[in-house]
Amino acid sequence: MSTSALILIIVTWSSVTFATAYFFYKILTIPSKPEHDSTIEKSEKD
Amino acid sequence: MTKTQSSGWGSRVGLVLAMAGNAVGLGNFLRFPAQAIDNGGGAFIIPYLVCFLLMGIPLLFVEWSMGRFGGRYGQHSTPFIFDAMGKAPYWKYFGVFGIFTNIAVAAFYCYLESWALSWSYYSVAGTFTGMSQAEVQSFFVNYIELGTSHPVIFWIICLFLNTWILSRGLSGGVEKVAKIGMPLLILFGIVLAITGISLQASPGGAINDGIVGLNYLWSPDFSSIWSFKVWVAAAGQIFFTLSLGMGSIHCYASYLKSKEDIALNAMSAGWMNEFVEVVLGSAIIIPISIGYLGIEAVTEMVSGGSGLGIGFAVLPKLFSDWGTFGIFAGVMWFGLLFFAGITSSLAMGTPVMGFLEDNFKIKQSTGAWIFGTIILLLGIPCVLSQDAFNEYDYWAGTIALVIFAMVEIVLFAWVFGMDKGWKEINTGADIKVPGIFRFIIKYVSPIFLIVVFVGAIPSILENATKATSVYGWTARFLLVGLFVLVAILVYIAKKRQGSNPYPESND
Repeated sequence: MSTSALILIIVTWSSVTFATAYFFYKILTIPSKPEHDSTIEKSEKD
Repeated sequence: MTKTQSSGWGSRVGLVLAMAGNAVGLGNFLRFPAQAIDNGGGAFIIPYLVCFLLMGIPLLFVEWSMGRFGGRYGQHSTPFIFDAMGKAPYWKYFGVFGIFTNIAVAAFYCYLESWALSWSYYSVAGTFTGMSQAEVQSFFVNYIELGTSHPVIFWIICLFLNTWILSRGLSGGVEKVAKIGMPLLILFGIVLAITGISLQASPGGAINDGIVGLNYLWSPDFSSIWSFKVWVAAAGQIFFTLSLGMGSIHCYASYLKSKEDIALNAMSAGWMNEFVEVVLGSAIIIPISIGYLGIEAVTEMVSGGSGLGIGFAVLPKLFSDWGTFGIFAGVMWFGLLFFAGITSSLAMGTPVMGFLEDNFKIKQSTGAWIFGTIILLLGIPCVLSQDAFNEYDYWAGTIALVIFAMVEIVLFAWVFGMDKGWKEINTGADIKVPGIFRFIIKYVSPIFLIVVFVGAIPSILENATKATSVYGWTARFLLVGLFVLVAILVYIAKKRQGSNPYPESND
């Protein structure tokens, strides 16, 4: 494999994989916010 | 008169997987590698990633924000999301694109999706076992030329599946499919990618190692970066792959709660799509096909940039040479394409159902069957003729996306206003959105989109005046009729609304 292709693959694949894993990990670990929806509250007032 | 949301997402993971499923489609595995080979090999990744950062991510933020904003006023489709954001009466008619495009694209996309379903069946049934490459090719041509009743049968099954899942609602249908389909798709993709890369040349088998194909795909021709055509191709691929400019992201996001995060959700779904496209998409079809057919044959086949021919007419033969594992490989490859397809086509149905429910009080389940019926009727010309298919693909699947995206970013950044828009993006955000995106959304992305649109004008004029068959003209007539019909429905819906349906947005 040519050096330039190898460098592009390593840089691109590792960056994309890291970003995907990082953001999905945050989705899994950040606790959900308490149920508070102003839309529904307003609707109930109506 | 602020309305409540009629239904919503069961979980955050379900929402992200459904959004990623909306974006991940057949193009991730077939179109991306073909486009890369056609546009500079590995160097294509540079304009591609620049377009992702300057246009893809900003538009994801914008579309998610617009959707959640509309949901706050009980609106889940773009005509009235636009209406709530812009004060002028004409914005809602630009929003018509967000219904029109979904219907028109679903009409031909479900047919493509049915190919993946039928090829999965043929793989299990061992239909391709013992066939030569010429026989598999002939089988494919016979299929798309309707030499058998199977295309129609599988298309109807596919339409029914889509409609039935949609009729079960967001959390009961779409989210469940995404939670099953996306992990399976990624698992199948990883197995096939490892198989592709580790392919070894052997007497009577592959003529090249899998690495040869990977090297060919990723070897950069840096001179291509200076070509306008390559940048347009990269921008087009970003649009296509992220499902931008369709209205489906707005619809999914409109079912979020008003303070729920959109920044992290958008980034997670967007990057998951990139992983499937850039990592898995580049490691399957090209390494395997070059492994068996050689560089010249594959380059010729992907010329034009669709990859459909290799995906359906070549890989089945290669898989059949792998013995028992070939059956699993065939099921995984076409199952992967089917999951990629159905998670996208489901996203095309939800804006239509949302529009009918919000404005005409039609239940979601009924809306799903109305959508299915329209897709059936509009899809008939695509099944009968490639000309009709091409017309739908070009006008609805390409041009309408660019127009819609150009309009929505101007509406968001310049009419709704970047101060309110930036606040909307950051409301409830679980990550800090870099301030540079405020500048990019206001200036860079609109200019980028206008340049892409202006660059496409010669092709629009050429295609508009190009002679076509009766089927092509029928498709054009149906597309215009569909747009007019949706615009009339929007007009009627507006008449039925009260005098000030969005009290807070007009202050």
